[in-house]
Amino acid sequence: MISLHEVSKSYGQQRNDRLAAVQGVTLAVEEGSIHGIIGPSGAGKSTLLRLMNMLEAPDAGRVIVAGQDWTGMSETELRQARRSIGMIFQQFNLLQNRTVSGNVSVPLELTGLPRRQRAERVSECLKFVGLSDKAEEYPAALSGGQKQRVAIARALANQPKVLLCDEPTSSLDPKTTHDILGVLRHVNETLGVTIVIVTHEMDVVAQICQQVSVMEDGLLTDNFALQPRNQTAAIPSPKSYREQLLGTEGLSDV
Amino acid sequence: MFDISVMLDSMIQYEAEIRKAIGQTFFMVGISVAAAILCGLPVGTLLFLCRKGQIYENHTWSWVLNSLVNIIRSFPFLLLVVFMIPLTRMIVGTAIGTLAASIPLAVVAIAIYARQVEQALLDVPRGVIEAARSMGASKLEMIVKFLYVEARSGLVLGLTTSTISFISYSTVMGIVGGGGIGDFAIRYGYQRFETELMTGVILLMIVLVQGIQYAGTTISRMLDKRS
Repeated sequence: MISLHEVSKSYGQQRNDRLAAVQGVTLAVEEGSIHGIIGPSGAGKSTLLRLMNMLEAPDAGRVIVAGQDWTGMSETELRQARRSIGMIFQQFNLLQNRTVSGNVSVPLELTGLPRRQRAERVSECLKFVGLSDKAEEYPAALSGGQKQRVAIARALANQPKVLLCDEPTSSLDPKTTHDILGVLRHVNETLGVTIVIVTHEMDVVAQICQQVSVMEDGLLTDNFALQPRNQTAAIPSPKSYREQLLGTEGLSDV
Repeated sequence: MFDISVMLDSMIQYEAEIRKAIGQTFFMVGISVAAAILCGLPVGTLLFLCRKGQIYENHTWSWVLNSLVNIIRSFPFLLLVVFMIPLTRMIVGTAIGTLAASIPLAVVAIAIYARQVEQALLDVPRGVIEAARSMGASKLEMIVKFLYVEARSGLVLGLTTSTISFISYSTVMGIVGGGGIGDFAIRYGYQRFETELMTGVILLMIVLVQGIQYAGTTISRMLDKRS
């Protein structure tokens, strides 16, 4: 679905303070898969993700999405093309001054969808993430997990083929993380959307990724397939913190 | 001794002049506010967008705009009015009167509000622009549908502060026959030793400024849904 060929990206002008964020990475994301990119902070994961929808233009190499070479595209063509890829962020990046439905409506306004169809699509998307009842709230009134659901609904509004997730659960607690990963899995299974997740959390990868790439110091150091752990094995509620930390013996103290 | 009844009497005596002066102040400040919105907003937006790391990053433009805004703001305002006389004459055909006085006021209004706009836009989290880009928004859409939406309460507060400055600036416009409430206070109150009249006019201006600030704060709070 997305393939990167020998892409490199560095920051900074002077030769001595140049930081090579991504160095000659080749990577293929299979259609319909959930692909995790894991590595420590500063490894270049987020830059690699931004290369996939060309939010960052690579210094060298090619970015190929659904058989199309994006590296040669003009800014206008890229703008059109980006609409086929949704994106969510660690800090959600919602418009605080628009309601939940207003936020989901934004990408549809950009594509010029008529008002009525827009309203229909917005309520469809909100229903999909389970937030129909919050449509008229402002993001400030929502919890972190709910904000990320809104962000997912917004990213899905234009029916993208790919969803890029930049540390989607890194500012959420374990239970909410589990919920959001459930939503992402649901997106992948019911809509067939290819998902790429950048994270530094091992659990996230273990829970939902089918393919894993490991990044260190701008290089792709490992790449392997993974059988996602059974969904029920994860952390369902705060009640089980004791169980998780102490094992089952801890329960006898209660 | 200061006497309130003397103050009221003299204000009633000069009611017609005071009304006229207030009208002139509203006219000059109105033109400045219009200039601030129509030109100051775009200039301030450009100031922001040309900064390092923003979507129109451009060192030359950034330098040119910054210099222009700083130069206009460094003039002692009275000297800017005098300095601009030839330009004012070119634009409105005369250098004296209320309309002519509005021209330098409008110029300074653009520079002042442009800075306020830049500041308001700097408060918008960078992630908002990144989200906009990921959705395939054009540059104009990023500005109108993202930046201005998130910065709107700051933009209103900035305009409020600016408007109050314009009122203050407009008080010296007597020098080119611009009139206005400040000029009235100086000529009738200060120069003719009618301290009560001067005080009365100052009180009027205090009420006016309080009113504007109150309106600005209220609107800004209504628009702000961030917390």
